[in-house]
Amino acid sequence: MDWTALRLSLELAGWTVLVLLPLGILIARELAWRPMRARPWLEALVALPLVLPPTVLGYYLLSAFGGATWLGSAYEALFDRSLAFSFQGLVFASMIFNLPFAVQPMQRAFESIPREVREAAWVSGLSPRRTFWRIELPLAWPGIVSSAVLTVAHTVGEFGVVLMMGGNIPGETRTISIAIYDRVQAFDDRAAAAMSALLLAFSLVAIAIVYVITGRRARA
Amino acid sequence: MSEGLYARLEQRTPIPLAAELRCAAGELAALVGPSGSGKSTVLRCIAGLNRPRAGEVRCGGSLWFDGAVDLPPQQRRCGLVFQSYALFPHLSALGNVALAAGHLPRGERERRGRELLELVNLSGLEARQPAQLSGGQQQRVALARALARDPQVLLLDEPFAAVDRVTRRKLQRELALLRERVRIPIVLVTHDLDEARMLADSMTILHHGHTLQHGAPAEIMARPASAEVARLLDLGNLYEAVVLDHRAESNRTLMDWGGIALEAVHAPAFGIGERLSWVIAPEYVILHRRDRPSRGERENPVAGVVRDCVILGETTSVVIEVDGRSETTLAMNIPTHHARRNRLGPGEAVTVSLLAEGIHVMRAGGVARERTG
Repeated sequence: MDWTALRLSLELAGWTVLVLLPLGILIARELAWRPMRARPWLEALVALPLVLPPTVLGYYLLSAFGGATWLGSAYEALFDRSLAFSFQGLVFASMIFNLPFAVQPMQRAFESIPREVREAAWVSGLSPRRTFWRIELPLAWPGIVSSAVLTVAHTVGEFGVVLMMGGNIPGETRTISIAIYDRVQAFDDRAAAAMSALLLAFSLVAIAIVYVITGRRARA
Repeated sequence: MSEGLYARLEQRTPIPLAAELRCAAGELAALVGPSGSGKSTVLRCIAGLNRPRAGEVRCGGSLWFDGAVDLPPQQRRCGLVFQSYALFPHLSALGNVALAAGHLPRGERERRGRELLELVNLSGLEARQPAQLSGGQQQRVALARALARDPQVLLLDEPFAAVDRVTRRKLQRELALLRERVRIPIVLVTHDLDEARMLADSMTILHHGHTLQHGAPAEIMARPASAEVARLLDLGNLYEAVVLDHRAESNRTLMDWGGIALEAVHAPAFGIGERLSWVIAPEYVILHRRDRPSRGERENPVAGVVRDCVILGETTSVVIEVDGRSETTLAMNIPTHHARRNRLGPGEAVTVSLLAEGIHVMRAGGVARERTG
């Protein structure tokens, strides 16, 4: 069992949720309510990581993180280290490939809030900010929790993009799913089996949580 | 009218509006019109949820909208009860009301909420969530919430549409009582004329976004401004006629109703030869007695045959086909015992008088067919 890899995976998931969730709430809310002509294109862009082969996504991210691009060079100038092959790069990549998992459940949740309920809040004197905290957020809460759980589960399980991003540096980019692959290559079947079983249980629990939350909302 | 509400709204899209609405403090004004006539849009414009292209909204002495000024809903002290109630589903009844009392210090909001729930007879149900309340109870929470910010105007969008009849009667009674306690303008949107007549001091008729008439309900029912209004009010006995002559000395105007000469109260505003619409309320159609002459027998006598005769408790609604014009019918109400004594029934030949004082003439407005509704 590679505990360092497990801890790295969980840290990666934590950071991803921390940064992506607030961003995702903004995006989901806009997509749900703002009238815009480009909506199908924006929605397609958000959903793209679902259908794109992880290797393709990984390739583009790797190219984008290289020292030759504005992103890569800006990061290097700022932190004096490369974004590629680093944990920070992994967090960035994780935010991209988790976009649909984070945005879509929250978008559905915001869409399910009747417009009149928000209008009732405004007419009751609640400022847009207070309407967000007191009405929108509590009503979208199940969707937000679903997003968080799916993002964590998906981050811990992602393999292709992480591998492409140069993952396999212990303590830096070797996540648990990479570690499993690594152990199998090394004919260490016991470690691979243990970690696989752990991920299986973890994923099952995560999905079950999502179903419990969304099921409870449907019955309410 | 500085304490009251005045709204003038104009726009072409998405729903055409050319509406004017007034409601004094303590007055209950009904905004009446068929579905799709723009009633809800008018309320939404007053509340600041829609922005008309032009117009003016004033309330309680302050300007809310005039094209240059456009206060957001939060700054218009306006209580709005949505047709769907739009309660906050995750909050208790008390939470719903207290949240709208944001202008009060934090500690007083809950007390105010309890007070208002008591006012709408919901004491004891403060902790219930909307889903655990009946339709009538939800409506009451919505009303309490609308009152929570101490509004300068109360807007009710078809508040009784979604409840059963018994609850509706009860809520209507409560609204009438509430009026005595809150001295602000109340605008009630409804498509139910009886409701408007029963509750409102004034009535504004809206059609395709245009206000057609404003006045006391009884006045509008008796003197609709046009055939269009008469039709919207579902007034029976709506016809067309051509002016023949004016006789100022006898205070009469003579008109031709498809071959029958009729006398109406002098109406010099209409030129001789002009086509006009007219209505007569059923109570001004008098059935002649067979045994002896009755009141006003010489006034506009019309002969016909009874088409049908429906007993509605103490009154009987009689529809008569005018002789020689099966397309033209006249409706009248007579006491049921009169109908029995006269052995009134389908096919019976009768004579009636159309009392001149009951004939209300209006500018013509394309009556499609001359028949009662």
